[in-house]
Amino acid sequence: MFYREAGQFKTTYEADSAKFPIFQDKVFIWLYLAIGFIAIPLFGSQFFLDAIMIPFLVLALAAVGLNILTGYTGQISLGTGAFMGVGAYACYKLTLAMPDVNIILLIVASGIFSALAGVFFGLPSLRIKGFYLVVTTLAAQFFLEWAFIRFPWLYNYNPSGAIEVPQREAFGVIVTGAAASSEARYLVVLSVVVIMTWFASNILSGRIGRSWMMIRDMDIAAELMGVRPLYAKLSAFAVSSFYCGVAGALMVFIWQGAAEVEIFDYNRSFQVLFMVILGGLGSLLGCFLGAAVIFIFPIVMHHALPPIWETLTPWTMNSSQADLVAAVIIGVMIVAFLILEPHGLARLWAIFKQKLRVWPFPY
Amino acid sequence: MNAHDPSMHGRTDDGIAVGDVLLHVDNISLSFGGVKAITDVSFDVRKGEVRAIIGPNGAGKTSMLNVINGFYHPQEGTISFRGEKRRKMKPYQAASSGISRTFQNVALFAGMSTLDNIMAGRTLKMHKNFFWQMWRHGPALQEEIEHRKVVEEIIDFLEIEHIRKEPVGTLPYGLQKRVELGRALAAEPDLLLLDEPMAGMNLEEKEDMSRFIIEVNQQFGTTIALIEHDMGVVMDLADRVMVLDYGKKIGDGLPEEVQANQDVIDAYLGVAH
Repeated sequence: MFYREAGQFKTTYEADSAKFPIFQDKVFIWLYLAIGFIAIPLFGSQFFLDAIMIPFLVLALAAVGLNILTGYTGQISLGTGAFMGVGAYACYKLTLAMPDVNIILLIVASGIFSALAGVFFGLPSLRIKGFYLVVTTLAAQFFLEWAFIRFPWLYNYNPSGAIEVPQREAFGVIVTGAAASSEARYLVVLSVVVIMTWFASNILSGRIGRSWMMIRDMDIAAELMGVRPLYAKLSAFAVSSFYCGVAGALMVFIWQGAAEVEIFDYNRSFQVLFMVILGGLGSLLGCFLGAAVIFIFPIVMHHALPPIWETLTPWTMNSSQADLVAAVIIGVMIVAFLILEPHGLARLWAIFKQKLRVWPFPY
Repeated sequence: MNAHDPSMHGRTDDGIAVGDVLLHVDNISLSFGGVKAITDVSFDVRKGEVRAIIGPNGAGKTSMLNVINGFYHPQEGTISFRGEKRRKMKPYQAASSGISRTFQNVALFAGMSTLDNIMAGRTLKMHKNFFWQMWRHGPALQEEIEHRKVVEEIIDFLEIEHIRKEPVGTLPYGLQKRVELGRALAAEPDLLLLDEPMAGMNLEEKEDMSRFIIEVNQQFGTTIALIEHDMGVVMDLADRVMVLDYGKKIGDGLPEEVQANQDVIDAYLGVAH
């Protein structure tokens, strides 16, 4: 009833191809941004910022990266964790070499290194598809993980084998290390994620994004329309890995503050892949929905389920049992979405909006 | 659509006059292992004509199209397009030299809208680089809008305005075929290859499609080579017909000549042994 484009006429192609063609959507997106940039840092507790929002945004960025490759270009990858690791180690080495350079610049620059790694491990995609490509990207995952341990230069010969994030500033504010405030770190992550998501949506709606989707939907016809598979696939690997690399650098520098190689293992790859599947292949909104479900939902269950359970039933439940319940629910959801709605939560949301537009009529 | 809008067929003045040879296929042989798909076939396509390739199932018609636009590399023979001789080439090179095609089994980009599918046909004509694309507002958007105008003309021409924003995967078959023609037209080809444009259509859809093919040919001056099984359509549309059977050319000429050719009649109706 309130969500309807009646009376909103498009008189130019520019208006017609806008990201949010419906006025109400535009209002909502500005509202979300206002909440994100103003309300959450002002009123959010430290726990909310540190344990929920920052990890959520970092993982959503990694999901955007993987979605570019898997959802938009159709190349399945299980190397996400490793590419995040490349970004993190690159950022660490960069900031040790150049301690005075703005750390945000270095975080973004470290994406270039993971993009190069992505292009290298993306080369087999020119010959092989599907499961076989999954296996080669898994090889990238294991190889890079091994490299992160085998070359102590990467973690500066630290005897513990971990990266310890030094204190760094951006624009005169401390944003990494133990002294950085939650608000500053949150705003850095949010800015990077919002800007990079905006860039991603621009690329995806233009010629290059279209050529990726052409490769995904029908590679033979794409080649016939003049898309060179070499460029299309490798550019998708590069951009995707760039995003993953930046997410990895943010994960170590802003979210965790220190990192061992285990946080980049194949579990991370699976976690991000499940976010993309659950959220929606080929949807940027889906990356955020998926990250919310996979990452935030278990935390909510952990804290909220035992008290609810104990009020409703005579039995007791501790929080580790609640974690198991959350894991079961997510597992069922992944299977259910794969079978019933491969386009994930984003498609459900689109259907809901469509229903809302024509409500109270069915069509 | 204003059919005489010169922007729609930008590449007509390539030095080849209407009626001259645009594509020349010379002694092509193609085999897959021991299977000879095409044996020593030569033919030409003249600028501005509608050239039909017919033949019974498995005669090598689609293989011939695949050879022309670079999917298959023939073991022997050469192809010259607009006077340039070539033997091996990649499909995207064929596309950039001005050959566009549709497929027998619709090969649309199922996850994309009609608009995006036809925009996809203009990929080769868009040049703004990655960084402009990233920014979008400004030159990249201007380029996008310019191409959108051409695409909208094609949408008008094919009468598919109402499905502009629909994902093509959900469209009925006849419309999908039409969108695919639109996608091929968007590339403003010099030579348009149509692989059974009317397969599986009902009478009304066939009539529409025939009308579009004639209009494309006559108003934009696009040269068309088409494969079709409906003989009524072929005889009405085509200026010249080539007949293949078991990979060999058994007839070539005006529709009436081909119709009267005893070899062709034998190939289609069979002969008593």
